[in-house]
Amino acid sequence: MRYIEPHAHMVSRTTDDYQAMAMAGCQAVCEPAFWAGFDRSSAKGFYDYFSQLTQHEPRRASMFGMPHYTWLCINPKESEDLALADEVLAIIPEFMDSPNVLGIGEIGLNKNSRNEMAVLEKHVDLAARREQLILVHTPHLEDKRKGTRLILDVLKGDSRIRPERCIIDHVEEHTVKMVLDDGFWAGMTLYPETKCTANRAIDILEVYGNERIWMNSACDWGISVPLAVPRAAQEMKHRGNDHRFVDKVVYQNPIEFMSQSPRFILPEGH
Amino acid sequence: MANRKNILDLYFLDARARLIDIAAFMDRVDRADGETDFRHDAFREALKALDSGMANRAEKVLLSFSDPTDEPIPAATTKAACGAWPGADNA
Ligand SMILES: [Zn+2]
Repeated sequence: MRYIEPHAHMVSRTTDDYQAMAMAGCQAVCEPAFWAGFDRSSAKGFYDYFSQLTQHEPRRASMFGMPHYTWLCINPKESEDLALADEVLAIIPEFMDSPNVLGIGEIGLNKNSRNEMAVLEKHVDLAARREQLILVHTPHLEDKRKGTRLILDVLKGDSRIRPERCIIDHVEEHTVKMVLDDGFWAGMTLYPETKCTANRAIDILEVYGNERIWMNSACDWGISVPLAVPRAAQEMKHRGNDHRFVDKVVYQNPIEFMSQSPRFILPEGH
Repeated sequence: MANRKNILDLYFLDARARLIDIAAFMDRVDRADGETDFRHDAFREALKALDSGMANRAEKVLLSFSDPTDEPIPAATTKAACGAWPGADNA
């Protein structure tokens, strides 16, 4: 089996996880910027984090022959503090020329507040000015439907943004249709409790098809499974899905989306 | 298109176990002391979607737990979500 992990927070994972992913067939790993689990005290904390994402993690991944790509932003969970958000937005361009940066992400909303909306709009503006791809985090649980609607309205309200260059992540049964209908890409996150199980993600693929959609583990410092994508691919085969259907979801689709950035290159032999 | 019997062969035991878990959870809540809250009300409301005969039960369950409003809130007072909408007065 071959697959790409399009959303993993590897700074929070062990080197054993990199090894297990490589052994399971992972061909590339992509890491959006995330909340640390606690609020960073200043923009300097983000400077160090962005350095880690652009310099240190690619080296860890390369030990197992995997290219590592990343996305930069201040997370919506830290967007209530507008002054801090502005400071972080000001240092992002310094890192945007790093060879593993694919775009701006994971931006979006958490509790759907006015300040989160303001910071989302600033990130969208930065992505538009620098012609970057966008990776969007949609809110959790009871906040997801409303937040997804608000995010789509922001993106559609900016005439510079092309939906096929944006992936709206963490979709579930109640949000996937609005995302795909508006021409965006959709990501399904495989979490045991709070997002999609493998079986529900496969149901969504069977109902809505396998165009403009991918699956990810979104593994981070919380309860999450770094091998969730190959496990789901295994379940797809168990259910009788054709291997070409599976390969498109877990390998070809991530390549199709991320190759819109000239920086996304798989190593020779793939 | 999958065959219904195949789906039952693959997933009946798993779904049966989850259904019993839900029943046991409801019994557990009933046995305990004190008041429930909006999460319990939302859970009972969501159960109605299961026996609705509609094709989109999972979507209906998710929507019944969702914030139905459309305007951004003035400010985030927490980072966490609890899984059910507390209502406009408690949000
Ligand atoms: Zn994430």
